[in-house]
Amino acid sequence: MANIGVYVELKDNQFKKSNKEALSLAKKSGADVYAVIFSNDPGQFADVLKGVKKVVQVKNDDLSYQPDLYADTLAKIITEFNLNDFIGVNSAQGKDLFPRIAAKIENAGLVMDCVEMDLANRTVTKPVYAGKLLSKYVMDNPFRLYTIRPNVFPASASDSEAAPEITVFEAVKNPPRAKIVEIIKSGAKKIDLQEADIIVSGGRGIKAKENFALLQELAEVLKAGVGASRAAVDAEFATYDMQVGQTGKVVNPKLYIACGISGAIQHFVGMKTSKVIVAINKDPEAPIFKKADYGIVGDLFKVVPLLKEELQKNL
Amino acid sequence: MNIYVAIKQVPDTEASLLVKDGVSINETDIKWILSPYDEYALEEALKLKEKIPGSTVTVISLGPNRVESAIRTGLAMGAENAIHIETAEPFPDHKIIAAALGNAIKQDAGYGIIFMGKQAIDDDSYLTHIYLAEHLGIPVATNVIAFNHDNGKVVVEREIDEGAREKIEMSVPCVVGATKGLNTPRYASLMGIMKAKKIPIKKLSLQDAGIAQLDNKIKREKLYAPPEKPQGRIIPGEPEDAVKELVRVLKEEAKVL
Repeated sequence: MANIGVYVELKDNQFKKSNKEALSLAKKSGADVYAVIFSNDPGQFADVLKGVKKVVQVKNDDLSYQPDLYADTLAKIITEFNLNDFIGVNSAQGKDLFPRIAAKIENAGLVMDCVEMDLANRTVTKPVYAGKLLSKYVMDNPFRLYTIRPNVFPASASDSEAAPEITVFEAVKNPPRAKIVEIIKSGAKKIDLQEADIIVSGGRGIKAKENFALLQELAEVLKAGVGASRAAVDAEFATYDMQVGQTGKVVNPKLYIACGISGAIQHFVGMKTSKVIVAINKDPEAPIFKKADYGIVGDLFKVVPLLKEELQKNL
Repeated sequence: MNIYVAIKQVPDTEASLLVKDGVSINETDIKWILSPYDEYALEEALKLKEKIPGSTVTVISLGPNRVESAIRTGLAMGAENAIHIETAEPFPDHKIIAAALGNAIKQDAGYGIIFMGKQAIDDDSYLTHIYLAEHLGIPVATNVIAFNHDNGKVVVEREIDEGAREKIEMSVPCVVGATKGLNTPRYASLMGIMKAKKIPIKKLSLQDAGIAQLDNKIKREKLYAPPEKPQGRIIPGEPEDAVKELVRVLKEEAKVL
């Protein structure tokens, strides 16, 4: 039986939630699971790594993300340990890293942003045209790599208590082609929209940049991320990293609250897999109401503060 | 510098798509556009050309005959050369696509910077620019939102999670995967459009681009529409009451709070 590898992405030395989804998926397959982690102290993650057969620990003086070092090292690990299936998360780092690994292994194939996987039959499904359609691929490659979309696959607790064995692996240090020289943090502490459980989003109906503060306040009560439609970004009410839609982020939270968003297809495809969609819009004819699970027809400048108050009482 | 921009033609973002024969879209009545991220790539290439005297911008695309209109759009915006790798049908193995593009660029002239959109908005695969760089053995930065070229060195900013950015240094030649926010693409002028019509397009077959045999390792088995969401409901009443009811249903019915 082939082995399955999972790339454990750490962010500021924290275990990303979607790693658990990737690990659960791998463990469910019944094959031996290898978790690959770039950390000088993987013991701190022992609890979440239960049920994994082997932890491949990559040690280095400097473990900050450098694409060439990470890709060269992972390509070597995949071929040396025969990790015929290798799973990661479709995060900003995963999207940068996985194609590089796939390129370095002859005949390796990669499909990113998977929402369905059948490892035994070598088929995967991913959204295309921003989710207007789904495409199922069959992969005829000896080494198959995937990134999974966060919040899609269940993260189940391990039923095995077995602690994994740890193998130390030296990082491959070829001269780097490109070098990350600095991380520029954004001013405000933002919630990652692709991992968020709840998103509050604003459209053209927000009318001005300052009014996003209203959504920010609602988001704080809900511990939600704040998103925006393309119309709001193009009008410069919001920044591009907030844009949800075909030319922005594709998100799938449990709850998506669209405020003053008309619901153009370009926006809808970016959030339609949300479990529950709520629309607040003063135009009863807005297309968003055809797509929302619950709608309130009303002025968002009245409804949003009321909603915030009601939630403060009830949460 | 010989600057290249690899572009892709895609259905318009507003297009509704229907599946034909289970594996491809019905192309009848589709309005085709240049993939939006490729417009940012092209704009950045044109800006760089204006900065470095004697530079040229070449657009390159792979696909069936229809992609010629996307190539003409690129020429109308200001590129002066074009290469079209002709294929009968689109195919999904991005390693082969990247190899063909890379070989064609390598054969053409000494290349400097290759710009591309970070992804095309049809397959949304985010692969080709990285595969292209790896095929040529040169550096690549993805999701680039700021670009600077000075003294033969490239410094870019790449958007990562939560609005943070990575600052990356690369040497030339290299590949830059453009995203929205990098610049504001120009419109083609009428004169540009007229001029673009007369520019000859260099036509290559896949064989010319070094792909002897099309051996797709990844094949599309099925293309289908996801299930429609059932129609939701409007919560009636004055805002005060509607909001109370909304919070109740979110907690009790939908159980998302």
